[in-house]
Amino acid sequence: MPTFVYMTRCDGCGHCVDICPSDIMHIDPVYRRAVNIEPNFCWECYSCVKACPQHAIDVRGYADFAPLGHSVRVLREEEKGTISWKLKFRDGREKEFVSPIRTTPWGSIKSPSDYEVPSIEALNDQELAHEPEALNIAALPGPPPPMKNKKRKKKS
Amino acid sequence: MGLFSSRKTIFVDSDVLVIGGGFGGCGAAYESRYWGRDLKVVIVEKANIERSGAVAQGLYAINCYMGMQWDENQPEDHVRYARNDLMGLVREDLGYDIARHVDSSVHKFEEWGLPMMKDPETGRYQREGKWQIMIHGESYKPIIAEAARKAATETYNRIMVTHLLMDKKKKNRVAGAVGFNVRTGDYYVFQAKAVIVAAGGASHIFKPRAVGEGMGRTWYAPWSSASAYALPIQVGAKMTQMENRIVLTRFKDGYGPVGAYFLHLKTYTENVNGEEYESTWYEDTKSLVGDYIDRHPVPTCLRNHAILREVAAGRGPIRMVTKEAFKDPHKETVGWENFLGMTIGQAVVWASQNIDPKEINPELTTSEPYVMGSHATCSGAWASGPEDYAPDDYQWGYNRMMTVDGLFGAGDTIGGTAHKFSSGSFTEGRIAGKAAVKYINDLGRDEPEVDETEYENLKAVVFQPMENYKIGRNEIVGGTVSPSYLLPIHGLQRLEKIMDEYVGGIGTTYMTNEWGLNKGLEHLTMLEEDLEHIGAEDLHQLQRTWELKHRHLASVSVTHHTLFRKETRWPGYYYRGDHPKLDDKDWHCFTLSRYDAQSGEWEMEKAPVHHIID
Repeated sequence: MPTFVYMTRCDGCGHCVDICPSDIMHIDPVYRRAVNIEPNFCWECYSCVKACPQHAIDVRGYADFAPLGHSVRVLREEEKGTISWKLKFRDGREKEFVSPIRTTPWGSIKSPSDYEVPSIEALNDQELAHEPEALNIAALPGPPPPMKNKKRKKKS
Repeated sequence: MGLFSSRKTIFVDSDVLVIGGGFGGCGAAYESRYWGRDLKVVIVEKANIERSGAVAQGLYAINCYMGMQWDENQPEDHVRYARNDLMGLVREDLGYDIARHVDSSVHKFEEWGLPMMKDPETGRYQREGKWQIMIHGESYKPIIAEAARKAATETYNRIMVTHLLMDKKKKNRVAGAVGFNVRTGDYYVFQAKAVIVAAGGASHIFKPRAVGEGMGRTWYAPWSSASAYALPIQVGAKMTQMENRIVLTRFKDGYGPVGAYFLHLKTYTENVNGEEYESTWYEDTKSLVGDYIDRHPVPTCLRNHAILREVAAGRGPIRMVTKEAFKDPHKETVGWENFLGMTIGQAVVWASQNIDPKEINPELTTSEPYVMGSHATCSGAWASGPEDYAPDDYQWGYNRMMTVDGLFGAGDTIGGTAHKFSSGSFTEGRIAGKAAVKYINDLGRDEPEVDETEYENLKAVVFQPMENYKIGRNEIVGGTVSPSYLLPIHGLQRLEKIMDEYVGGIGTTYMTNEWGLNKGLEHLTMLEEDLEHIGAEDLHQLQRTWELKHRHLASVSVTHHTLFRKETRWPGYYYRGDHPKLDDKDWHCFTLSRYDAQSGEWEMEKAPVHHIID
């Protein structure tokens, strides 16, 4: 399909519709539940799967080349800051993986307007916001070092 | 206008308008706000910036990081690397500029909460390769989107921008953009003093290897619909290196990445007989490109070339030797998490086909071509360089401004700057954002103004495909076949077939020639006429229609550029059969094009490649 939605789990909340980068998760007008309307434009990016509060969305690999019987399930827990994967092979073998997703609280990033206002003159310099401090070196590198072998400069 | 009068038009005023909320756009919004505290910064995005762009599903590595704080690399080293990989042709001024700033972007990502892997002995970022550092990047995009949302005055999700608007008074100056909301169908007119195009490059302009459901599993995201190029091309911005499409060697079917496998897991490739094959083709490659084959690392296209030759000789497929490395449980974990972090579809393929790389050496394949500007390729708009050292003919005012006044770009949009990847695209957005604020400051009261006639005319053009469908649908009983309209998927499949067969796709093993390119242009012209008859059943199909139109315009540009460059500069990416060798005498240059929307003509010219770094 690649993503599909289980009828008994979906409550039609629309989180998947809201997040899908490909605009292929829509609410079915008859069943009032989500459906993948264009499986051949699905990247299997799992954005909808991760966003579904009911765990109602799963993936069946592309019919062109993925034999049935596999599953790749995911649980993304923002509060814990982790993502957990469970793979099941067609022959039944399983593998599990857990990774961190974020080291700071959600919503904690400072807006650029929370920093001190830069001077008007600085607009004409080459430094970008937070430079040179954020480079962790003394100064932003200036122009590249002069060429030793001028012959390479080509005027075509 | 009676037909469209029921559609609401919504006007949005802005100072800086950022089109596309991927990495380039998020960087542009952040920096615009930092320098322009009182400016109205607006992001417009066709999906939802929380998960949009090429990094929607995450990344497992940041591929552009200098490590200047530890003296690992200097910016000039990165220019040499990118220049070597692109067979000599990059905008060294632009590349150096990204490289000198990129570390500060990456350090902010870490501060914002991106989990970086660290080398347990040195405490430094864990290197995957000379330029790559490893991350747990499942939430890379949501983290960057949080910073961008806080920076922007307003973020408009689910609006597909179709056209830029030009200033009513001054020629060749941008004044805004129009588009439509894919949920409500409202028409949006954005007025802006400066516009930063940070839209996506192009997947799905060449026929993909999988043409059923699997057509969605392209290497680059299926939602990368060439708006990066179509928007500037429509208003006459000069483009460069559009012939420089990229072909990726990846794991078969899922197009799972190989970078971590080569660089970190130290796996290697062999032919079907278990033999090393690259040296077999050394003399052959040398006869085509001369001493470029002797450079280190071997350019990406030339490694593809050896694979193509070996497979054509009957010793394919090429396979990745993973069995040894995957005996180490740490490496096995890295190998799988690498996919789960950025190409989940490859894990799905391996699970479904019982491929455990501990036991089976998986197959590789070469992908269909893509046109983009941030990976090992550099198609895009011709842009002004940094003020402090860009050569005179690369500098006409503001950094990253295109050849249209007030029109800036970042990421896939800007040409000549290969190997910027996620961090470099964000950084280029920051560079463009600061320059746009400077441009606006200098404008004073000389503000651009949108032209009512122009945006009203475009309103009819934008929604015409829905009218086509409504009228044509009454003629037929049902189904997908109509004598008066084509569906967007029909047009897309025709585009992909033309590009595949005439412009060097997988069907010809990336081969083309002058006759084929001219024939391709003929078919693309007929397709352009037919695109006036696309029928869009609903707003979703209207989005697909405009994506198709953007892909088509980019494809015409690619074809003109491929025709103009009479050499084979990047064997392994594509071949001009009538000019099979690299020709530094005549073609050590950039190709530039300018499209005139009035006449429909394409002007082609050469621009010099200035080497400013040894």
